[in-house]
Amino acid sequence: MAAGANLMNNDPILKVEHLSMRFGGLMAINDLSFEARRGDITALIGPNGAGKTTVFNCITGFYKPTMGMISMTQQSGKKFLLERMPDFEITRDAKVARTFQNIRMFSGLTVLENLLVAQHNMLMRASGYTILGLFGYSGYRRAKEQSIEIAKHWLEKADLIERADDPAGDLPYGAQRRLEIARAMCTGPEFLCLDEPAAGLNPRESQALNELLRSIRKDTGTSILLIEHDMSVVMGISDHVIVLEYGQKISDGTPDEVKNDPKVIAAYLGVEDEEVEEVIEQIVEIETKQGGQI
Amino acid sequence: MATLSYSKESAAGTLTVRALREGFYAGLIALGLFVLFVGLETTQNIRNELVLNQRWGLLAIFVAVAAVGRFLGVAYVQPWAAARKAARAAVVQKEAPEGFFVRNFSKLAIVALVLMPPVAVSLLGVQGSLKWVDNFGIQILIYVMLAWGLNIVVGLAGLLDLGYVAFYAVGAYSYALLSQYFGLSFWVLLPLAGMLAACWGIILGFPVLRLRGDYLAIVTLAFGEIIRLVLINWTEVTKGTFGVSGIPKASVFGIWSFDVSAHNNFAKAFGLPMSSAYYKIFLFYLILALALLTAFVTIRLRRMPIGRAWEALREDEIACRSLGINTVTTKLTAFATGAMFGGIAGSFFAVRQGFVSPESFVFLESAIILAIVVLGGMGSLVGIAVAATVMVGGTELLREMTFLKTIFGPDFTPELYRMLIFGVAMVVVMVWKPRGFVGSREPTAFLHERKAVSGSFTKEGHG
Repeated sequence: MAAGANLMNNDPILKVEHLSMRFGGLMAINDLSFEARRGDITALIGPNGAGKTTVFNCITGFYKPTMGMISMTQQSGKKFLLERMPDFEITRDAKVARTFQNIRMFSGLTVLENLLVAQHNMLMRASGYTILGLFGYSGYRRAKEQSIEIAKHWLEKADLIERADDPAGDLPYGAQRRLEIARAMCTGPEFLCLDEPAAGLNPRESQALNELLRSIRKDTGTSILLIEHDMSVVMGISDHVIVLEYGQKISDGTPDEVKNDPKVIAAYLGVEDEEVEEVIEQIVEIETKQGGQI
Repeated sequence: MATLSYSKESAAGTLTVRALREGFYAGLIALGLFVLFVGLETTQNIRNELVLNQRWGLLAIFVAVAAVGRFLGVAYVQPWAAARKAARAAVVQKEAPEGFFVRNFSKLAIVALVLMPPVAVSLLGVQGSLKWVDNFGIQILIYVMLAWGLNIVVGLAGLLDLGYVAFYAVGAYSYALLSQYFGLSFWVLLPLAGMLAACWGIILGFPVLRLRGDYLAIVTLAFGEIIRLVLINWTEVTKGTFGVSGIPKASVFGIWSFDVSAHNNFAKAFGLPMSSAYYKIFLFYLILALALLTAFVTIRLRRMPIGRAWEALREDEIACRSLGINTVTTKLTAFATGAMFGGIAGSFFAVRQGFVSPESFVFLESAIILAIVVLGGMGSLVGIAVAATVMVGGTELLREMTFLKTIFGPDFTPELYRMLIFGVAMVVVMVWKPRGFVGSREPTAFLHERKAVSGSFTKEGHG
């Protein structure tokens, strides 16, 4: 953390201001503003249909927001207005990578090839946009070896090195989730958006996922924004939690603050206002139990 | 399943009992089903009265067939099928190392192709070799090259292109018209035709970038027809349906010509008897070289970032965009590269025929090329070459089958059944090998060992 911490002065890496997204008559996101700080793991939670994935799609350029501004500030101080950029440029230039809620693997390519595809832009430049590479230019060969080294590094991190030459579609579900994160990391991002990385994982796998995410932040200084329903992941690793309901922010703060916010509890459990107190007590109880485990 | 644990005799005993029981039930069900349908029949007699016929004998036959059939099925056919399946599984487990022939198939095939013209000439004489070199060799190799070109678009990038023959036409007419109007030589026009076709590939690519699947297929189909209709109707330039004739022959890099009157005629220079066979043999080697160039470039491109991006595009376009791949340029390069090889093959076609007309570029040609790619296994060069040989060589071979006349009578012309046999062959292959002759995919990079990716994981692309 030490090397990273010097660079991270906790300035906002991503600033979302007055973001609105309308689909026909439906206001999926309504005037949402939040910040993600550099080096933090920020979690975006909320009930189903709250607009979390829509926020992701706006940040990564898959949707063009109806209103609002999304600005990303890189380590170097370079600033990008993401709502104006096409999706692939957001990854290539602004260095924002993402994963998907329903895994999107290149299932017919091997695990290693998946990670090489992620390094497309670097390899394209090295191969002189294919032309030099076609004639066996030595610079491309070096870049290729380097890209395999990077892929190997992430395969080891994601514990997939044994399966490197198997088709990605042949991997079990949990491994595909890890591979998708490794693939996103191979694009060399400064900001990583994970859409429900722990969905469908068993407790042991989600523990391994926590480790992977922590080590990503520690080793690369990559800031992470994640959508998650698995509270053991959210509360275990995030520094900052934002809660959405019906496209609006209802709470924003540290995991502890959010956990005790009556609005959040009401949103999740749908209880009457009088019962909120009771629920808080229950939550505190559960939390102390969990605290003991961790 | 439980019978498996019994001793052999008792297993056989229970099997017979089970078969008898199931046969009895099948007979019972058949009786119930057919007693009213078959056993009783209502008809009208001559006085228009309704009468009931009783057909107990026929009913008995129906029931007996059902009962005996079920008995035989359970007692003999099912154990036999299971045993065969088990035997086959055991054989697969052994996994014998691939033979020398299979491992070196492509090298052996290239050597055989290089040696084919001299062997044909020495066996059948100069004129006799023409049929094998021209009708079979050149014809098949043109389709191999076209299918390899289309393979880049359809097999690698997963963009279904039904108008590929348009690029073939662009290449052919580029050579035909530019050599006629400007007198440019074949060796200048060959790359130029490729470049022009690539330009048309990009022109087609732009409007269809947003389309996927069926919509893309329809627009590319329309594009192919537009090119053909332009060729028919732009009579001042293309001479319409009359076509362009008298297209100059190619020369051996301008050193030797194949024009009979030229002073540097190939046959004269080597003191050989005059024959068109030398030109055909030269063209054979030319198309072989062009086809191998296509294969070489495809193999190289697959290992380049652009080739991997094409395959990734076939697998999942949205994931590609999330990884910073510009899908617009990636699709356009696939269209352009595929079209380039189509154009080069087209200019070769023009030089071989000496005559081009819009009739050579109908939709059927696109369909045949696409069929070859699909039959061969999308993405596999060897599979496609085999499919082209079978499909084009097979239909060509039909002409040779004069012995069929002795069976079907003197009026039987096997060529007329070409398309029927083509269709039946396609259905058979698709049932037997739904992923084409070679369904697996070679990975482009590996860490520990190169393992072929089974066809069940690769996708066909969706647009």
